[in-house]
Amino acid sequence: MGLPLGAALAACGTSGPAPSGGAASGAAAGGNGGGAKASYWFLSGPPGEAPRTAAVKRFNQANPNGQIDFNVIQNDAYKTKIKTAIGAGQAPTIIWGWGGGGLRSYVQAGQVEDLTSWFGENAAVKDRLFPGAFGAATIDGKIYAMPCETVQPIVLFYNKKVFEKVGVQPPQSYGDILDLVKKFNAQGIAPFSLGGQSRWTNMMWLEFLFDRTGGSEVFQAVFDGEKDAWNNPASIEALTKMQELIKANGFIKGFSSITADSNADQALLYTGKAAMMLHGSWSYGIQQAQGGDFVSSGGLGFMNFPPIDGGKGDPSDTVGNPGQYLSISSKATPEQKEIAKKFFASGVLDEAEQKEWVGTGGVPIVNGSDKLFTGSKDAEFLNFVYGVASKAKVFAQSWDQALSPTAAEVLLDNIAKLFQLSISPQQFATNMNAVIGK
Amino acid sequence: MSATATGRTSSAAAPKARGGGVLPWLALPALLAFVAFAVIPLIGVLLLSFTSWDTLGTIQLTGLESWQSVLSDPGLPHALWVTFLITALSWAVQTPASILIGVFLAGHQRYRELLAVLYFIPLLLSSAAIAITYKALLDPNFGLGAGLHIDLLTQDWLGEPGLALGVVIFVVSWQFIPFHSLLYQGGVRQIPRSLYEAAELDGAGRVRMFFNITLPQLKYTIITSSTLMIVGSLTFFDLIFVLTEGGPSDATRALALDMYKRGFQANLMGAACVIGVILVLVGLALALLLRRLGGRDPNASQLEGA
Repeated sequence: MGLPLGAALAACGTSGPAPSGGAASGAAAGGNGGGAKASYWFLSGPPGEAPRTAAVKRFNQANPNGQIDFNVIQNDAYKTKIKTAIGAGQAPTIIWGWGGGGLRSYVQAGQVEDLTSWFGENAAVKDRLFPGAFGAATIDGKIYAMPCETVQPIVLFYNKKVFEKVGVQPPQSYGDILDLVKKFNAQGIAPFSLGGQSRWTNMMWLEFLFDRTGGSEVFQAVFDGEKDAWNNPASIEALTKMQELIKANGFIKGFSSITADSNADQALLYTGKAAMMLHGSWSYGIQQAQGGDFVSSGGLGFMNFPPIDGGKGDPSDTVGNPGQYLSISSKATPEQKEIAKKFFASGVLDEAEQKEWVGTGGVPIVNGSDKLFTGSKDAEFLNFVYGVASKAKVFAQSWDQALSPTAAEVLLDNIAKLFQLSISPQQFATNMNAVIGK
Repeated sequence: MSATATGRTSSAAAPKARGGGVLPWLALPALLAFVAFAVIPLIGVLLLSFTSWDTLGTIQLTGLESWQSVLSDPGLPHALWVTFLITALSWAVQTPASILIGVFLAGHQRYRELLAVLYFIPLLLSSAAIAITYKALLDPNFGLGAGLHIDLLTQDWLGEPGLALGVVIFVVSWQFIPFHSLLYQGGVRQIPRSLYEAAELDGAGRVRMFFNITLPQLKYTIITSSTLMIVGSLTFFDLIFVLTEGGPSDATRALALDMYKRGFQANLMGAACVIGVILVLVGLALALLLRRLGGRDPNASQLEGA
């Protein structure tokens, strides 16, 4: 985050080549006629693999002379593999990523193309996307990646059936949350589910407590490398609130044993063992797939994180993944780079791909993609996410993606300790101040 | 000692080596593989430990900076301590269990041979699969304890530092006891029957025979198995990584895990290589120590008087 969200340069208003769905058009033969081939690696597994694969296949059909070879890689393996490949000069032409701190490390090593002037010449490609998506693609004022795929804010999910049973209303403020914690605990229901072993799950809590307590500028200062930025009184206050919530049994017992990758945290919510859960918007699809009729019968409630009484943050702010990102390797040949740019202009998020993302419960980062929601069984949730993303004053990027990999690892380590109550808020701040700017 | 040792080997090898200097050549393939896959990477790691490299940019020579940052980090003594605990405790659990199972399986009864096949199964599973399975079984809300309504099993297994370490040692032992049992089974079968027959004639009971014949005769098997266990648990990584990721906070963050996290998650290759060098040194020292414990002459006979 930190990246001024509007940094997305104002529109330059020329009418570039319209990125209409180059998809369906003929060229069925798609003969692997000569010409260079670009390469592209991306993540496997639902929900993303199918739309990603289909987009490349459509592009290849439409462009027999400039094909893209793709390689599908599992999420955790991908992070290591792509780094190793880039370091060894073996990167694919198109580098899929999360933007932010990881992208910055590629830029500093001179491994990815500066796309600023290309976006200048092809303003239409840029103007059709959410401006907020460009923040994490922009490093020191220059754009190094094409935002793609879907926007994923962190959402406060709750189990409506449990709320009904206990006879309470969704929280309107952080004070309400603290009251609900007492009420649910009295009923033997865990107030919040949390997959604490995964660490980034705990981080989502801090992201909102920081924003609602002191506003987005508190973490912005960390991101900008200001000395001792974690010592900000608002930061200490948010960290203290965090530990108070843990001590008040706000989270399910044994949360440090629970992982998010097994989706056990989400199972706690849809089985009614926990009443609420802070999680990425992608959790909607998971609960729908695994929770039986929980979602379809209207059991799942969702809302943006409520304001904290007396806090400075704007309650419209949100945090999460403003998009996913495609960069071009600077080691690719000129022909490969051309193919990649053509893919960005005509292949990425064409109408067909947008529809597929909507089908998976995702909101494509394209202005007006909400018109595709009508008729979808998930329209209510999709409109909610579209509203949060488009109305957010600040759409902050997840901290671990925004910071450099070195600082992110220290951050996650210290968050785990903070949640174990083995360090105090001040110790957390001191440990984190030591890696500011690293 | 070396004189007798070489004397023994050369006399034993003499009949085969009659063709001249063939023997040294036989070592060549192994030597080449060792140099290519162990010595050269090791030199690379040593050199990298004097640099700073984020795996993407250029490698910068920074002298002792990485060493200083690692050696002054309170995380290092902690990781060393965790590694020591895992090594010592898993040795203490595995050795007695493996010896007993090995002795039991050395019998030629049919049901024991069937059991031997069953006991062997954990060794065929990948560590990652074992870790994922245990993680699911130990889940406090959906695991074994919750499913069977046994409160004793419903603990915050991976969330309490002490429990998490215990779980790691248990799962490591579960996985490797079969392998060491196999070593001991072979060792026990090598013991000449005549020793037991003599003891029986002298009226020794089973327990007495176990302590006075079986255990002493297994001395070298114990040393081999212990070396494998100790050096192996020094670099133990995959199971811990999947099971706890070093957590809760850093209760199970052993050296090998620390190295991976610094190198591949925090992108500090220089620091990771420093830990790599430390691991090699500790491993070498332990292996040498264990050889020493094996006695002065590794070729001495254990069958005197048999």
